[in-house]
Amino acid sequence: MVDLGQKFDVLVIGGGNAALCAAISARRSGASVLVLEGAPKFYRGGNTRHTRNMRCAHDAATDILTGPYTEQEFWDDLLRLTGGQTDEELAKHMIRESKDILGWVVEQGVRWQPSLGGTLSLGRTNSFFLGGGRAMLNALYLTAEQIGVEIAYDAEVTDLKIQDGMFLSATLKRPIGGATEIRASALVAAAGGFEANIEWLKQYWGDAADNFLIRGTPYNRGSILKLLLDKGVQEVGDPTQCHAVAIDARAPKFDGGIITRHDSVVFGIVVNKHAERFYDEGEDIWPKRYAIWGRLVAAQPDQIAYIIFDSSVLTSFMPTLFPPIAAGSIAELAGKFELDAAALEKTVADFNAAVRPGTFDHTILDDCRTEGLTPPKTHWARRIETPPYYAYPVRPGITFTYLGTRVNREARMLMKDGKPSANMFAAGEIMAGNVLGKGYAAGIGMTIGSVFGRIAGREAAQNARN
Amino acid sequence: MHGTKILEEADRLMTVCNSCRYCEGLCAVFPAMEMRRAFSDGDLNYLANLCHACGACYTDCQFSPPHEYNVNVPQTLAIARAESYAAYAWPRAFSGVFARNGFAIALIAALSVAAFIFGFAAFNDHAVLYGVHTGPGAFYALMPHNAMAALFGAAFLYAILALVMGVRAFWRDIGEPVGNKADAGSLFQAMRDAGELRYLDGGGVGCFNEDDKPTDRRKIFHHLTFYGFAFCFAATSVATLYHYLLAREAPYAWWDLPVVLGTLGGLGLLIGPIGLLSEKFKRDPVLADAKRMGMDVAFIAMLFLTALTGIALLLLRDTSAMGPLLALHLGVVFALFITMPYGKFVHGIYRYVALVRYARERRMMLHGAAE
Repeated sequence: MVDLGQKFDVLVIGGGNAALCAAISARRSGASVLVLEGAPKFYRGGNTRHTRNMRCAHDAATDILTGPYTEQEFWDDLLRLTGGQTDEELAKHMIRESKDILGWVVEQGVRWQPSLGGTLSLGRTNSFFLGGGRAMLNALYLTAEQIGVEIAYDAEVTDLKIQDGMFLSATLKRPIGGATEIRASALVAAAGGFEANIEWLKQYWGDAADNFLIRGTPYNRGSILKLLLDKGVQEVGDPTQCHAVAIDARAPKFDGGIITRHDSVVFGIVVNKHAERFYDEGEDIWPKRYAIWGRLVAAQPDQIAYIIFDSSVLTSFMPTLFPPIAAGSIAELAGKFELDAAALEKTVADFNAAVRPGTFDHTILDDCRTEGLTPPKTHWARRIETPPYYAYPVRPGITFTYLGTRVNREARMLMKDGKPSANMFAAGEIMAGNVLGKGYAAGIGMTIGSVFGRIAGREAAQNARN
Repeated sequence: MHGTKILEEADRLMTVCNSCRYCEGLCAVFPAMEMRRAFSDGDLNYLANLCHACGACYTDCQFSPPHEYNVNVPQTLAIARAESYAAYAWPRAFSGVFARNGFAIALIAALSVAAFIFGFAAFNDHAVLYGVHTGPGAFYALMPHNAMAALFGAAFLYAILALVMGVRAFWRDIGEPVGNKADAGSLFQAMRDAGELRYLDGGGVGCFNEDDKPTDRRKIFHHLTFYGFAFCFAATSVATLYHYLLAREAPYAWWDLPVVLGTLGGLGLLIGPIGLLSEKFKRDPVLADAKRMGMDVAFIAMLFLTALTGIALLLLRDTSAMGPLLALHLGVVFALFITMPYGKFVHGIYRYVALVRYARERRMMLHGAAE
C-alpha cells in the first residue's frame, strides 16, 4: 500500500460499480486515485454484488441482445416508470452515454452473456454480466489494481472537510497505514443510499421500517450522503422513494440478495394479513411490475402479504430458495399463517367466481381476467381450485433509496445555493434520485452507476489537473 | 432425502443456485442444473462429475462464505465427486480402496515394483540382469515378450472391465430425465469438450486456484499431462503393432515412431504432473477436498513415475542399468494399470460420461424447443 498521507488527485469513496468506474476512468485520465471501501473485502461493492444486468440503449441487436433498444424507447420507459419525476436533461444525457458504456465496461474486463434462464423478457433491453454482479465487480477491481488505482478496505469515512463547496479531506474511522486524514484534489462520492440504516428509514416510514428486509449488505448506511447533505450539498428526491420488491418474509434481515425474490405474483392472488386482496396482480407483464410490489406490501398492515396459488402453476415460475408452504385446503393454508380461515376462503371463492374464461399466456397480456371484482385481476386470472394449495409470505425488500445529492451533467454536485461544487462529484445510487424520482426498471441502477461513474471519474481527474 | 451428507449439501446448494442462476454462463454444471427442479442422487453425482473444479462460481458468488448461505459449489461437488467414484466402483468390495487411496496406491506400486525386481532376479542370473543388452529383442532377454504381453494384457483388460462396470452403474444412475441412450453426436461433442477442457476456463478468463486472479496454468498442465499420457499410450500401441504386424522388436531407434511418441509423451508427463502438483499445493483450501489430497497426489505421482522411469530406461538402455530400470518401469506401469479403476484416473472417464450426458441433454432440449 502506498503512503496514504500523500495528497491524491482523486479520492473515491465507495466500492461498487459507480465507484470503480469512476476510479478506473479517473486513473485512465491520468490521475492518482485512492478508493476507500467501507466494507471488508468480501463484502466490497455494495449492491453491485447482487446485480446481474445493466440497461443500455443500443440501435441494433448484438450477440447478447436480441434486438434494438433505442434512446427514444429507453426515455419513454423512464418517463412512464417515474411518472415524469426525472431530470429530463440529465436522464437523456445518461441514456445517450449508456450506448457507449456497453463497450466501455468490456474494455475494463467485464464480460457479457445473453439473458439468464428465467429472464427472457429482458433479453432485448438488458445486458447480463457473465457470472453475475460479483464477477463484474471482480473484473473491475482487477483492472483498477492493474492500472494502479489504490484500494483500501474496511476504510470507513466518518467525516468530510468541506469549505465553501470545496472538498479538502476525509477522516477515517480507523487509521490505515498510519493515516487518518485523506487529502485529495477532487472527491467522487459513490457510497450508495441509506437503505441499511433502519433508524434513518424510520424517520420517514415510522415503525413500519422495522419490518423491511434489506436486500444488500448492512454497510449501505448512507453516512457519506448524510455528511454531504449536512455540509451544504443540495438534496434531490423523495426520502421515502426507493427500489423495493416483494421478497420472501423468511429471508435474512440483510444481504439475502436475488434469491429471495418471487416471480409468482401473476400466477395467483396476493392477500394481506386480513386475507384481503389489495392490488391487481395481473396489471402488466411481470418484469415491468416487479418493482411496485415492495411498496404495495409496505403499505399493508404489518408490512406482510401472502402470494396464494395452487398446484396447477407450481412449476410455472423459477424454483425458489424458500419452498412454498403447502396445505390440502384453503382453510388449512390460512391456519399456517394465522390468517382468518373464513376470510381467506371467501376471498378465494369470490376471486374464483369472478374469473372469466380465456386463453392463458403469461408472455402476453392475455384475456384471462376477472369481472365484477375489486380490485380486479386484469390478466392471467385463473381459478385457484386444484389442491394442494400453496403460499409464499412476502415482505418489502429494500434494494436502494433515492434520496441523494443533486448533480449536473458533469456529475458535479450542486450546493444548496445552486452553485456547482468546486471539486465534488457523485455517481451511482447516491445520486440516482436525479434520474429516478420513483419507480424502477431492471438494470437501471447499474446504468446510473456506470454512466455517471465514468463521467465523474473523468471530470474529477480533469478538475484535479486544473 | 439423499444417501449421504455431502449429497444433502449438494442438494441444498443446487436449490440456492437454481433460484439465482448468475453462474449459468460459466460452465456446463449450471445449465444442466436449470433443466431440473429437484435433484436425485444420480442427478447430483452427474453434476458433481460435470464440474471441472475451475473455481469461478466460488469467486463470482455473492453468497460464498463468510455469507450465511455458505455457498461453496466447487468444494461440495469435489467431495461428492470423489465419493461417487467409490459408490460406482466395481466390484463393490474394492470401493474401500478409495478411502485411503494415497496409501493404497503407494503400497500397490511398491509391491508391484518389488515383484518385478524379484521376478527379474529370480528368473535371470546376475550376468543377464546386470548385463548390457542392445539391439532388437534386448528387453526380452530379461522377460520373454509373451509373458510381458500376457501379464500387461490381462492387467489392462481387467482395468477396462472394472471401468466399464463402474461407468455402467453411473450411466444408469444419471439416466433421468432423457433416458439411457447416447448418440454419436453427443459422444463426439463430449470428446471435443473433454479434449479442449472447455469447462476448465472460468467461462473464458481462466480458472481460479490460489486467489481471485484467473489463470490458465492448470489447464495447460492438464493438457501436458493428458496428451503426454495419450502419446505414451500411442507409443505402446504402435510398438505392439510393430511387434505383431511387422515383426519388429523393441527397443527401437531414437527416431522411430514409438520412441518419438514415447519421448514427447514422456516429457509432457514429466512437466504436466509437476505443474499440476504445484498448483494443487498452492490451491486455496476452501476450494479443495482436503481428504482426497492423497488420491490426487498418488495419481499424479504414478503418472510422473511412469514417465520418469520410461525416460530413464530410454537414456540408459544401452548400459547395465537397463535390467533394474526395466523392472522398475514395468512395476510402475503395472501398478498404474491395475489401480486405474480405483484411483483418480476414473475422473477422466466419469467426467467424459457426464459430458456425453450433458451434450445429449442439450441436444434433446434444442430438439424439444424446435418442435
